[in-house]
Amino acid sequence: MTETLWILFDLLLAAMLLGLGAAAVGTRDLKRGVVLFIVFGLFMALVWARLRAPDLALAEAAIGAGIAGALLLAALRDEPAAEVPAPARLAVPGWLLTLFTIGLAVVVGWALIDALATAQPQRLLPLVSAEIASSGVSHPVTAVLLNFRAYDTLLELAVVLTAVYGIVALAPARPGFRPAGPVLEGLVGWLVPLLIVTAAYLLWAGAHAPGGAFQAGATLAAAAVLLRLGGHPRAALPPGTWLRLTLVAGVGVFLLVGVAQLAFGRAFLAYPVDLAGGLILLIEAAATLAIAAALAMAYLGGYPSDWHSSASAKQGGKDDAG
Amino acid sequence: MVDLLALTLIVVGLFFFAIGTLGLLRLPDLHSRLHALTKADNIGLGLLALGVVLLDGSWQTGLKLLLVWLLVLFASSSSAHAIARYAGRRGGAQ
Amino acid sequence: MQTLFTPELLESALLIALLVLVLTLVVGLLRALVGPTLEDRLSAALLLGTGGVAYLALLMLLLDMPALLDVALLLALLAAVVAAAMTRREVGDG
Repeated sequence: MTETLWILFDLLLAAMLLGLGAAAVGTRDLKRGVVLFIVFGLFMALVWARLRAPDLALAEAAIGAGIAGALLLAALRDEPAAEVPAPARLAVPGWLLTLFTIGLAVVVGWALIDALATAQPQRLLPLVSAEIASSGVSHPVTAVLLNFRAYDTLLELAVVLTAVYGIVALAPARPGFRPAGPVLEGLVGWLVPLLIVTAAYLLWAGAHAPGGAFQAGATLAAAAVLLRLGGHPRAALPPGTWLRLTLVAGVGVFLLVGVAQLAFGRAFLAYPVDLAGGLILLIEAAATLAIAAALAMAYLGGYPSDWHSSASAKQGGKDDAG
Repeated sequence: MVDLLALTLIVVGLFFFAIGTLGLLRLPDLHSRLHALTKADNIGLGLLALGVVLLDGSWQTGLKLLLVWLLVLFASSSSAHAIARYAGRRGGAQ
Repeated sequence: MQTLFTPELLESALLIALLVLVLTLVVGLLRALVGPTLEDRLSAALLLGTGGVAYLALLMLLLDMPALLDVALLLALLAAVVAAAMTRREVGDG
């Protein structure tokens, strides 16, 4: 009875995901599409939770539904037409696309069946559990992300930084919002501190529980977005050079720590066991700030508009939260 | 015995969720829909969370769920207010 | 003390509750499809936010994962931010 219920439950979730995805992409009405995409992100987070992946659920809720939702809603503002125009003639003939899609599906299906049929699959969790004592943290996801596969995470942070270059190259930041009315100001007043505290908690908890730099960074970025919506023009981003330092800090600190190991005769990114925990926390803290700044700048659309006028580093620190 | 009480609370909570959803779908305009949504869902969540706490037993869970429920109360009422004001500003036309 | 519910029966009961909850949310999403305005659609997203917290509370019991409460906390927080993001999108640029 229980087994059947679980299968029913999983089928329902899977069907909803497919349906929401198709509806979000297939609709011509942009407003509907954006809201459906946000809903899709929320559902995805619920699915990750069901699949016993709270780290992914946290990330999906914060980034996929929250930040991406805010970004899409901001993009809606500029859209002159409410509908997507009818697609122009494709450069590639339709039959070729169909053939390609079918071929791709065949390859993926074959890989899946081949993997499922393997007699002795290598499971990741026992491998990680065997080595986790030397990783410096007790949460297996963090151990993999920040220690065993640290190089991949370093490259991910580099991707985020590259995206920031793209954003900055495109245009200066949008002009801001008018100061908020009393209800929104009240919301900002308690929600921003709560978001900041939650971000710090997620960063700290990442060592022994689900959490980590990406989740914490996205939560901090949500606080910045909220400040921006409340009428604070720089969204609490640090001024001038400090902002640039914050943005590169993710990749920078990671690289410094990794290269420093070479000086002590170890391999790149091979932390000493007794220092690993502290180094991981240091890297994650820098990455949190960098990711938060990057996502906040994505929402602003570029450097805050008064960036050049506050070039003095003496102004330092974060902007007042009002 | 506790299990039965907890499950009853959960069922009643779900019932309120259903009412809120029904209101969202069937009521004629945005403001009444928001009203149904926020009131019913918050009570529904509260009762369901209470049932979950009874089944779980630890005070940490209870405290966390209480905080989350309070947070949802504040957040959903602020959001509903903001949405309603936004609709009013736009004159309901879209 | 003899319990009325065996663990297996309790699990089934909670699963049924979870199924009912998800079905309720799915039905509520019709409002996101139909609209007609952006505010209406976003009310459906609000529903999913509150319902998602309830879902995660039940799932926490079923899977014995207290970390899901953290997800619920984050969900509630971000839902408020998204609602604020929608309602302020038009007043801006000034």
